[in-house]
Amino acid sequence: MYNSNKVIPGIIIFVLIVTFPIWLNHGKAVSAPKPILPEGRCVESKEFMRANHMQLLKEWRVLAIREGMRIYTSSDGSRFWIGLQNGCMKCHHNKQQFCDKCHDFASVKPYCWNCHIPPETKEFGTAKATRLLKLFRIPVDLREGAKPKHGEHGGHGEIDKGGEH
Amino acid sequence: MNVVAALIAVIGMVILVWLGVGVLKLYTLFGVVIPYAAFLTFLIGLVYRMVNWAKSPVPFKITTTCGQQKSLPWIRHSRLESPATNFEVFLRMALEVLAFRSLFRNLRADLRGRKLYYGSSKWLWLGAILFHWSFFIILVRHLRLFSYPVPGPIDLLDKVDSFFHIGLPHLYLTDVAILAGLTFLLLRRLVDAKVNYISHASDYFPLFLIFGLVISGMLMRYFFRVDITSVKELTMGLVTLHPKVPTGIGLIFYVHVFFISVLVAYFPFSKLVHMVGVFFSPTRNLPNDNRRVRHINPWWENVPPKFLTYCEWQEKFKEQLESAGQPIDEDCYKEKKES
Repeated sequence: MYNSNKVIPGIIIFVLIVTFPIWLNHGKAVSAPKPILPEGRCVESKEFMRANHMQLLKEWRVLAIREGMRIYTSSDGSRFWIGLQNGCMKCHHNKQQFCDKCHDFASVKPYCWNCHIPPETKEFGTAKATRLLKLFRIPVDLREGAKPKHGEHGGHGEIDKGGEH
Repeated sequence: MNVVAALIAVIGMVILVWLGVGVLKLYTLFGVVIPYAAFLTFLIGLVYRMVNWAKSPVPFKITTTCGQQKSLPWIRHSRLESPATNFEVFLRMALEVLAFRSLFRNLRADLRGRKLYYGSSKWLWLGAILFHWSFFIILVRHLRLFSYPVPGPIDLLDKVDSFFHIGLPHLYLTDVAILAGLTFLLLRRLVDAKVNYISHASDYFPLFLIFGLVISGMLMRYFFRVDITSVKELTMGLVTLHPKVPTGIGLIFYVHVFFISVLVAYFPFSKLVHMVGVFFSPTRNLPNDNRRVRHINPWWENVPPKFLTYCEWQEKFKEQLESAGQPIDEDCYKEKKES
């Protein structure tokens, strides 16, 4: 072989790039997500919803917001109220345990939550006591009795939690 | 005829998948065995081609140049058009691979009446760059199905590509671009009589195959949806080397996978191998330094050639030269006498 000082590194780089997904995931056992499904039936079949829910939601958005049509007639003739929070999330009320499971797995970031507020985070947590807020002596907790639900908001949340007990 | 043969081959593949998956239910064969076999063929085939090329000697330094070569220090040389060092070769190669510089010089020749006209034609370059870059970005974007958690840059690429939020799932710009590029590249072969004349089935086949690949992928994303979670379960099984075949993925997914498997397996045996071949082109990967560095023909390593000086050559053919009345260089004999 000629120019093996260049060709061999080239071949190694080629093989590394081509097999990148294999060594990136080496030794991982990735199992499919198992979203928690509520009892009862959905507006369409499970198979249809798994594959097409985003297109149905878009159709619903157009019907509800642009045409003012709030009744959806499913393929088997039953009628449902069109809405994300007052429709879907009446049954699928847990975003983390339902929506996020598959979306995280497939790396999909739907923009539903740019406008909608998922039910369990309806109560706003307290803002972080940043340096800037402290500097201008702005109180962090302006609302009476507002407490973060999950204690996810840094150190301040923990103090609040302590007060709760 | 060439077009029809290539088209039939691609349509035949769809029928094959329909029979194999739709009728005979060979999910493991089409979802695991064929993709693995195709990937191994691709990897081993291309490495074999590279080793084979590297074993071929380059007897002469045949750099293609179209600029002033490096000579005297006060004459400015063209660094890209006539690279003098390895670094300049690297620069030229990088621009060739990333921007298709040589294709940018593409000319067209047309008869207008009885006169032959030559003119600049950038369309081929545009079609090629649209096609190749879109294909590359689409390929990188597919890593979101082959990694968990998905690396940030892949996510970012996805966001940029679906920037305009057209439809849902969002339309990827590269999907539009690759269709435009492919359409141009195909029409060029069909419409232009000169290109049509030199096109073989092996030119049409990859085009139709990639068309099929792109169209099946787009149909799957925008129209006949399949469950992406099950798809990722399958693809993650492939890359973690624990293959499993989840049930309930639509037939179109298997068509898509079969197309990519065939494309990848076909790679080392076809013109598509220019992907690695470009790096082994002696006209592009050698610096134009013939006047400074002597290029030793690699054939000489084992069998050194016997060189003749002019005097030795004259001695060999002296009779023929004299009988033809050619002048004899007397200096050869003088030097011999002196030494």
